[in-house]
Amino acid sequence: MHSAISLSLSSASPITVRSYDGAGSSSSSDLFFRNNSAPSQLRFCGLRREAFSGCKSSSNAVLLKQLRQNMKISASLSGNGTPSKGFDYDLVIIGAGVGGHGAALHAVEKGLKTAIIEGDVVGGTCVNRGCVPSKALLAVSGRMRELQNEHHMKSFGLQVAAAGYDRQGVADHAENLAAKIRNNLTNSLKSLGVDILTGVGTVVGPQKVKYGKVGGSGTVITAKDIIIATGSVPFVPKGVEVDGKTVITSDHALKLETVPEWIVIVGSGYIGLEFSDVYTALGSEVTFVEALDQLMPGFDPEIGKLAQRVLINPRKIDYHTGVFATKITPAKDGKPVTIELIDAKTKEPKDTLEVDAALIATGRAPFTQGLGLENVNVETQRGFIPVDERMRVIDSKGELVPHLYCIGDANGKMMLAHAASAQGISVVEQVSGKDHVLNHLSIPAACFTHPEISMVGLTEPQAREKAEKEGFEIGIAKTSFKANTKALAENEGEGIAKLIYRPDNGEILGVHIFGMHAADLIHEASNAIALGTRIQDIKYAVHAHPTLSEVIDELFKSAKVKNDVSCAVAEPVAV
Amino acid sequence: MAQLLNSSFTPTTSSLRRQCHSLTPRKSTQIQAKIREIFMPALSSTMTEGKIVSWIKSEGDKLSKGESVVVVESDKADMDVETFYDGYLAAIMVEEGGVAVVGSAIALLAETEDEIAQAVSKAKDQGSVSPAAPSQDLPVESKVPDSAPVAKAAASVALTASTHPASEGGKRVVASPYAKKLAKELNVDLSVVVGSGPMGRIVAKDVEAAVVANAVAVAEPAKAVTPALGVGSGSVVPFTTMQGAVSRNMVESLGVPTFRVGYTITTDALDALYKKIKPKGVTMTALLAKATALALAKHPVVNSSCRDGKSFTYNSNINVAVAVATDGGLITPVLQNADKVDIYSLSRKWKELVDKARAKQLQPHEYSTGTFTLSNLGMFGVDRFDAILPPGTGAIMAVGASEPTVVATKDGRIGMKTQMQVNVTADHRVIYGADLAQFLQTLAKIIEDPKDLTL
Repeated sequence: MHSAISLSLSSASPITVRSYDGAGSSSSSDLFFRNNSAPSQLRFCGLRREAFSGCKSSSNAVLLKQLRQNMKISASLSGNGTPSKGFDYDLVIIGAGVGGHGAALHAVEKGLKTAIIEGDVVGGTCVNRGCVPSKALLAVSGRMRELQNEHHMKSFGLQVAAAGYDRQGVADHAENLAAKIRNNLTNSLKSLGVDILTGVGTVVGPQKVKYGKVGGSGTVITAKDIIIATGSVPFVPKGVEVDGKTVITSDHALKLETVPEWIVIVGSGYIGLEFSDVYTALGSEVTFVEALDQLMPGFDPEIGKLAQRVLINPRKIDYHTGVFATKITPAKDGKPVTIELIDAKTKEPKDTLEVDAALIATGRAPFTQGLGLENVNVETQRGFIPVDERMRVIDSKGELVPHLYCIGDANGKMMLAHAASAQGISVVEQVSGKDHVLNHLSIPAACFTHPEISMVGLTEPQAREKAEKEGFEIGIAKTSFKANTKALAENEGEGIAKLIYRPDNGEILGVHIFGMHAADLIHEASNAIALGTRIQDIKYAVHAHPTLSEVIDELFKSAKVKNDVSCAVAEPVAV
Repeated sequence: MAQLLNSSFTPTTSSLRRQCHSLTPRKSTQIQAKIREIFMPALSSTMTEGKIVSWIKSEGDKLSKGESVVVVESDKADMDVETFYDGYLAAIMVEEGGVAVVGSAIALLAETEDEIAQAVSKAKDQGSVSPAAPSQDLPVESKVPDSAPVAKAAASVALTASTHPASEGGKRVVASPYAKKLAKELNVDLSVVVGSGPMGRIVAKDVEAAVVANAVAVAEPAKAVTPALGVGSGSVVPFTTMQGAVSRNMVESLGVPTFRVGYTITTDALDALYKKIKPKGVTMTALLAKATALALAKHPVVNSSCRDGKSFTYNSNINVAVAVATDGGLITPVLQNADKVDIYSLSRKWKELVDKARAKQLQPHEYSTGTFTLSNLGMFGVDRFDAILPPGTGAIMAVGASEPTVVATKDGRIGMKTQMQVNVTADHRVIYGADLAQFLQTLAKIIEDPKDLTL
């Protein structure tokens, strides 16, 4: 999975593309199952304060009862526990993004005295400059798309006068949403009694953190364990001059201060795709600049192809692939934004684009400077903090730094908000005495275009490679949204779901969905992977009719496991 | 009845037939052994045509048996289509996004590399017809747009200061993504379009304006020609490309031994049915095509043709071509599988085809795959005529006006009935007099008791 995502590089830079998805950036990612741990766990969901249980045993009722009691107790303790002897805190988390927040909530639940250091605003990139505000813009673009699609409306028998929008109104919606989620996050931390320390956090030695203004003296606190969760910032390649007005990053774009007539989007990963959806719905024309030979490089090729057919070709979008944008100059003195392109392979100049704006969506760079890593002999690799599979930080000699962990974008394992949160929970489990390794292959990812794209596990090429190496067969099953009643009722029959599995034992290797509400549909598959559920078992699970989830139901049912191969799927005839 | 068929067909103009036979595989029988056609497969029992989603292989690629070549979208799903033979993908005949009827060739497969060139030229033979086809109705179109906008553009370039700075004195074309897409769709050469967007960039509305300008430019010379034809006493006016094609086809038709059989059909019941279902969008053309198709289904020989002078070619589908007069031409949109498609879908299809014909956007398979042709001059008050058989098909039916007629019945009474005369021209090598007679009898029965038409 990780390799799939880092493929989405649109420039030669070592930076990994980060998802803007918000697939429950703060809620569904909370509902987190694990494979090997004891059958129960509980955490408070930051937004809804509900108890989820991840139990896989049949003793649900009993566990829930226990959990409720726990909840009461922790509430009466006002959350935060008392620190171990000799330390100010059991756990200090540097960075209050979704990862830090998730870790903090779980730590409190585990009875750890917890502090979180935030140098900017609570919520981090996801809530303030990423998944959350972008979902607000995409909600608008989805509706615009529908209202503008006369044919679609007519097929419903609806008549709509020309749809229009107020840019400021749209921008306000995004800003308000971010503010609301930020407040929810802050309140959830406060109500649990997590200490929110303001300032820049620096590791000054083993189990020692300083926080305060940059350059100031700051306060030093001690902690039994430290988690670095400082996240990432938009990556801007060399030669690109960002002025925040005509050459922008996602940070600026989410404020939607302008809707340019023609905008170049550098990078066709999640971020670029989602913005192309927003901009074209609001009337812009878009040109993609992609360093690799095909658009949407991080996705399963088949899904990418179909997505291109639906999300790019019919829209007011064109693209240049296999080119680097070497120099981007903002509009100045009546001159347009100029973008110089060179061939990615031959490095020869290819073209110069002159447009109204350029959005740099080439990925995200870890935000790890000024963390005082030298104090614990840690060297970043291309900015990322090296960690092992348990998120334990590795120093320059390749040895583990005791009591220091790094989660989220800063370690670059999987640059997704909910992955950061899951990693944080995994760390808290470990420091509270329970070994835990997170299965990254069970973490879903989503791209919230219209229709949506979602995935979990391996892509087909990755699965084939693995199969060859380990010597097993793989099977592919596909179902179409065209055959789904609910999708047809919504006039949204475009889309497929694809399952990559092992026919010998029924293991799910990867699921990819392109279609209406794909981001919500993926969890059935990601949960199955996380719990190790096999196709031969899950295929008997019942789905309400008519729902989109039947697409996935059919997908599992159409897989041919082991002796179940009496009749092959009717192969198309040719030639 | 007479005015219900808003189509006309002059028997001398089966101009599009030549495209039909150039598309049919029979021409290529000699080389078929080595160069194979890849056909649009039937991916489901209900599939009649498929859309090419994408070509997995490109022209020149080596294929081995069982490899996926193309992704086809059917009514149910997208599927990979595999090759059954080893060889080289020599020529792609239906591009991505294109639609082809089940069974039609979508690409050519050469057995060896040496044969690629041969296959390519073969594809050209077949393919040259399709992309150019829409403009063949109006042959002037191909020449005029070149010169007119160039002049216009040259003039405006000279006096406008708004050429795009990046265009380096016109060497580069700067056009927005949508403008480029539109230009491709509408066949507009961007290098002669003047941009009105920011910094002189070409935007969508410039392309649209260029299309309108082209249309005007085309219309004017056309006007100039018409009076010349009218006045043309003593002058010689050469054939246009299309007229030349018509002439060739008409001469070719002399090589086919045809004969004619006529029949009078009472249409009271049909008219009543039409009145009843007209609000549901059913057209008389569709009703007639449906009735004809149902009759053809019972008499497959009338749906056959003689292609080599030695054998019957029975067509698997009943595709009724109906002649439509268009501005400056004539075209025969085809109602495919008219016997199987229900009357409401058929009517919708017909409307779509007529719209496309007017916009000159019919695809070759939409006008060249007819197995039986209908022609109607009833709206001009013509009560009977006969049609020339389009080469490559077995029969054509000329339909006259439906008129109130005084009729004597067997029981000695005299009454009034609405009647129309039809006259079928057929190739006597395959269709005999008795065949036509029985076919017409069946057709009359269906029209006089039309309850089956709405099934």
